[in-house]
Amino acid sequence: MSGLDLPGDLGLWSVLLAVIGGAIRVSTPFLFVSLGETITERSGRINLGLEGTLVFGAMSAYATAVLTGSAWAGVAVAGLAGGLFGLLHGWICRLPRVNDVALGIALMLFGSGLAFLFGKAFIQPSAPQLPAIPFGSWSDLAQVRAALQINVLFLIGAALSVFLWWALRNTRIGLVVRIVGDSTDAARAMGYDVDRVRLLATGAGGVLAGIGGAYLSLYYPGSWNEGISSGQGLMAVALVVFARWNPLACFGAALLFGGAGALGPALQSVGVSQGYYLFYAAPYVLTLGVLIATSSPNHALAGAPGELGHAK
Amino acid sequence: MAHHSISRRTLLAGTAVLGGSALSGRGALAAGPMTVGVIYVGPKDDYGYNQAHAKGAAALKGLPGIEVVEEENVRETTDVQKTMESMINMDGASLILPTSFGYFDPHVLIEAKKNPKVQFRHCGGLWTEANPKNAGSYFGYIAQGQYLNGIVAAHATKSKRLGFVAAKPIPQVLNNINGFLMGARSVDPAITCQVIFTGEWSLAVKEAEATNALIDGGADVITCHVDSPKVTVETAARRGAFVCGYHADQSALAKDKYLTGAEWDWAPIYKGFVTGMQAGKAPPNFLRGGLADGFVKMSAYGPAVSEAARKNADAVKAEMMKGGFAIIRGPLKDNKGNEIAAAGKGLPENAPELESTGYLVEGVRGSA
Repeated sequence: MSGLDLPGDLGLWSVLLAVIGGAIRVSTPFLFVSLGETITERSGRINLGLEGTLVFGAMSAYATAVLTGSAWAGVAVAGLAGGLFGLLHGWICRLPRVNDVALGIALMLFGSGLAFLFGKAFIQPSAPQLPAIPFGSWSDLAQVRAALQINVLFLIGAALSVFLWWALRNTRIGLVVRIVGDSTDAARAMGYDVDRVRLLATGAGGVLAGIGGAYLSLYYPGSWNEGISSGQGLMAVALVVFARWNPLACFGAALLFGGAGALGPALQSVGVSQGYYLFYAAPYVLTLGVLIATSSPNHALAGAPGELGHAK
Repeated sequence: MAHHSISRRTLLAGTAVLGGSALSGRGALAAGPMTVGVIYVGPKDDYGYNQAHAKGAAALKGLPGIEVVEEENVRETTDVQKTMESMINMDGASLILPTSFGYFDPHVLIEAKKNPKVQFRHCGGLWTEANPKNAGSYFGYIAQGQYLNGIVAAHATKSKRLGFVAAKPIPQVLNNINGFLMGARSVDPAITCQVIFTGEWSLAVKEAEATNALIDGGADVITCHVDSPKVTVETAARRGAFVCGYHADQSALAKDKYLTGAEWDWAPIYKGFVTGMQAGKAPPNFLRGGLADGFVKMSAYGPAVSEAARKNADAVKAEMMKGGFAIIRGPLKDNKGNEIAAAGKGLPENAPELESTGYLVEGVRGSA
């Protein structure tokens, strides 16, 4: 076989284009979940349950869109449901001797299970989809037009990452979240209710994760089934560490993971078909590489909130 | 329905704990109507593999003296053994139909040995004489359907490039890819088919990415072999490509972009099993069949299928209905240049070689 006889006369450019397009298409759920988790973790708590929130968000958004005919109503309901899951996590965590990591795992199973239960009736019907903006309409190339078909939620997520980056540094609320996350003693001394701040931060994280789920079921891949997330919520939680709790870096990391996921199919489509399992592992290899490259035996992870992972 | 049976089962388990006598009465009850247990690896309304089986099971529900118990989302682990045991001991099932490939070895074999009075018929496995006599396997030559898909696709494509989203390079999948392209090449030998493997039976985002990559690469007719074709079909139709379905009828998802599809038809097979058993006859241990035997059928043609395409596909289908139609016909090479079949040689649908296919035919871009 001629190996690299390339389709569409674009040659290897088509791989680059596919990776860019894939980064834009696939990254949005990663982005929303990791931004949500950044808020939560900056306040000193870990919510591993966001995978369940993502799946429930996807289901509730799809179901709402089917029932009301409005995709945006679906996004709203998904955000609301996600917020409730977050508040539940935050509320149970204030009880004595509750471990936030263990609770997160329980909520992950609870969220997915509940989504499967209520989602049964919505596997078959088709829901209206979220709109996308054709940024590539200037181009004659179908591939470019497809890659630059950008969903509104992606743009909102991008803007949100800049806003959160700014807000965590420059606003009073951002400062309070960071103080609570870095030292409960200092926060209490200043008169802040630590549990309440964390409750709200976990709730906000849940809202974003729910919206990330809405993107999955209402835009890309744009359908509801029980395997829709395939672990993206968990990967996004790991992305937060990778991005060093920095919302701007979350945006970059989400794009990187989205693009890396598109690499395997894109390479196969231009004839590089050997070892596709290896290409599919690209995002994970990437994570390992970056974590090793930036690790140090001498100091803790830069940017890690001081209270994170402390046992009660 | 599935929730129903689970809750009833739990209830029965509860009564069993309260008084052992509840269980001892079971044997006498089981002598009445016959109970069939059907097990699925995914949701039974997945527009795909599981839905096809669930439709077959649904056809049994109307029959006199037949009760059907079902369970969905049963993993290919010891979970399926527990499900089988509960169907046998709690529901009194005398025929078990575990429908997923990975259930067979060792799970079905273990349970078959443990329950010699219960019949087990598994979809896709390779039953041999060495296995328990109360077990067996059935499957269909659905590559015939993909061949017909290929013929219709060949009439619809403008770019002469077809696309195939595949899960794993196992023989059944490779036969389908080969069938799809051979069908298309029987119309126009210049047609090629790009295949992208996702590596898993069900990975929604990767399937969508693969579909996009195929279309970006110039493919304008897409088909697939994954557990649930829903994502592939919807993504392709949204991008404006034509779609050939698989497993079940997906025309509702792709509307006028749907050409036709290769579907399973398990209803007559399952009916045959139970009417045989009601007459005191065990189902066959090794059962295979294709279009001619009613295992496989085609979706109705979509509005975009031309008159010429319909005539062409119908003619080949009539040929297949006679039995012995060879999709792999010499002279033929694989896509690495090795000879598969010499001139004048062909492999009919029931050729044992096809159960261990390890190649992709010439013209398929991709590697097994």
